[in-house]
Amino acid sequence: MTLLDVRNLSVSIPTPEGDVHAVRSVDLSIERGEIHGVIGESGCGKTMTGMAMLGLVPQGARIAADRFHFDGEDLSENASRLRGRRIGLISQDPAAALNPVLSIARQMDDVLSAHRDMPRQTRHAEAAALLAATGLPDPEKVLKSYPHQLSGGMQQRVVIAQALATGADFLIADEPTTALDVSVGAQVLALLRRLVSERGLTVLMITHDMDVIAEACDRATVLYAGRSVETGPVDDVLRRPGHPYTRALLAALPDAGPHGARLAAIEGSIPPPRIAIAGCAFAPRCPQAMLVCAAEPPPMRARATHRWLCHLPEDAA
Amino acid sequence: MELLRYILRRTVLSAFVVVGVTFLVFVVAQVVPSDPAALYAGPRPTAEQIEKARQELNLDAPLPARFATFAAAMATGDFGVSYKSRRLIAEDLRSYLPATLELAVFSTGLALLIGIPLGVLAAARQGKWPDRLGSFSSIAAVAMPTFFLAMILQLVFAQWLGILPLSGRLSREISISAPLPMVTGFNMIDALLAGRIDAFGNALTHLILPALTLASYPAGVAMRLTRSAMIEILERRHVAAARALGLSEPRILFGHALPNAMGPALTVIGLSFAYALTGAVLVEIIFAWPGLGRYVSEAILAKDFPVIAAVTMVVTICYVVMNLMIDIAQALVDPRVALS
Ligand SMILES: Nc1ncnc2c1ncn2[C@@H]1O[C@H](COP(=O)(O)OP(=O)(O)OP(=O)(O)O)[C@@H](O)[C@H]1O
Ligand code: SF4
Ligand SMILES: [Mg+2]
Repeated sequence: MTLLDVRNLSVSIPTPEGDVHAVRSVDLSIERGEIHGVIGESGCGKTMTGMAMLGLVPQGARIAADRFHFDGEDLSENASRLRGRRIGLISQDPAAALNPVLSIARQMDDVLSAHRDMPRQTRHAEAAALLAATGLPDPEKVLKSYPHQLSGGMQQRVVIAQALATGADFLIADEPTTALDVSVGAQVLALLRRLVSERGLTVLMITHDMDVIAEACDRATVLYAGRSVETGPVDDVLRRPGHPYTRALLAALPDAGPHGARLAAIEGSIPPPRIAIAGCAFAPRCPQAMLVCAAEPPPMRARATHRWLCHLPEDAA
Repeated sequence: MELLRYILRRTVLSAFVVVGVTFLVFVVAQVVPSDPAALYAGPRPTAEQIEKARQELNLDAPLPARFATFAAAMATGDFGVSYKSRRLIAEDLRSYLPATLELAVFSTGLALLIGIPLGVLAAARQGKWPDRLGSFSSIAAVAMPTFFLAMILQLVFAQWLGILPLSGRLSREISISAPLPMVTGFNMIDALLAGRIDAFGNALTHLILPALTLASYPAGVAMRLTRSAMIEILERRHVAAARALGLSEPRILFGHALPNAMGPALTVIGLSFAYALTGAVLVEIIFAWPGLGRYVSEAILAKDFPVIAAVTMVVTICYVVMNLMIDIAQALVDPRVALS
């Protein structure tokens, strides 16, 4: 069953130098109970797509979409009501997401008292239980701590526990492992997988790391310059990529290399977010570009539920 | 543990400040006057009188010994006698100091109570009319001369509306007909100790106008500092995270962002307190408030050095203690402070 159904989503941010097209046209279809990866280079609109779902775009930004539905409700009207109730956020930098001057107990309690009608004692027990559910070994001690006394991995678990405390069943995880050590990041991914199967959560996993897609996701959508250019089951996207950009991303994967620096390896850079793009945004960097590519928007190609936008015929992929 | 070490460190530092100021006061009071003995001996002294004063003041002893005597006297609260009135300074301070502290504490409280919520509101509605109005008022509050504000308040509340007394610390019916026993010197506390609700209310109403007058400047500063700190903090990621967790906007403003902005607000307490302790001369004169400001300004005109020295010492200690408490509060509000 489709939990999130997004068609042709765009987010424009007015600035003195002109509109920034942070998101140009994103389609997303996320099934209940899946981890759906969103991957793309820095600046391609991953975070802004997630923020639009939370109704937390910058002041004055315009959101438009042909369809923007979450569980049958229109997000363009209900985002601020649904966020923190059904939709939660796990951000890249857990240290920045936690309030530095409040104890974890206070921060957990604030969330619980905003969403659950229960007495103080019960809330404390619930907070400890949620922390334990995220794999924190000594919840009572964590509750007494302040964020700076916890490691990055522990902080991220607290952030996840907070999201669970809201009762949200859809989590937007924006690069949840980028700020963590590789091994700690892998643990956090495993935790999210476990929570998805145990609690029936659905996760939108934003990343710029193909490994995260391969390790943790069921399906994936590739963004380029504010557009979703390819989507499908992870196996199909990774093994038989349809879009030349996805192929370039995969080809740029070194066998070993510094974490996070991997996508920089494609020649050239994404088009500036202020210009209008007529044809395929990837044309200037695409090794297979044809004359038609820069002039006309590419058509949809499909193999079962695996879809991409490209002028090349299906069998060329 | 970190916290204890931090408190200890701040306390030692504060003690050094007090010793330093004691030395300065000693230099100013005992060394600078060309002839303290001549001053001490009174108007048109004879050579004999001066010689006697010299012995009484122990002026022939070497400087370090004189400083030791001076510091010991200060430490025991023995501030000597006023050159002018010949009264024991410690006696005078027993009534003047509580009067001024009362005013300082009250006006500081008022300043925070007015300035902080307005600052939060202005930050939350940045650029909208509450912000404009708040910014305008804060500039007015800071720029307005105290004597002018005092006159306006007296005119409106005492003269026209007649709901608050014009001046003084207590009404005559109380101070003369049924005086309060002086225990702490703080009228409101003494009234409560004596179980006199009427006197408590009377003392409170007398405090309002001078405290409001004194609060105006620090309230304006508190508003501006809170506003700018809040604007910066509302941009931080944990505020967006709190929103994403579905917390209500008032909860985010006052429960999450404001504790991060308490640093500047606490700084204002120190500023406001110092301002009320020594800057209150005009206010004390206008409202006939028998406090330190009036006391010391008369002493300055009379070159009454022992009084000046005593007031300086007392004010310094009040201020240092206040700052120590602020530092500790700072560390309690933000656990990272103790680490640095
Ligand atoms: N507040 C803003 N004002 C103007 N432009 C913005 C703002 N926030 C983001 N943008 C622009 O919108 C585009 C998309 O940004 P977004 O943060 O969604 O990218 P991203 O894919 O999440 O990148 P990263 O991997 O670096 O996090 C970028 O070009 C960015 O510069
Ligand atoms: S449409 Fe053309 S330029 Fe774009 S990815 Fe396909 S081949 Fe490359
Ligand atoms: Mg991002």
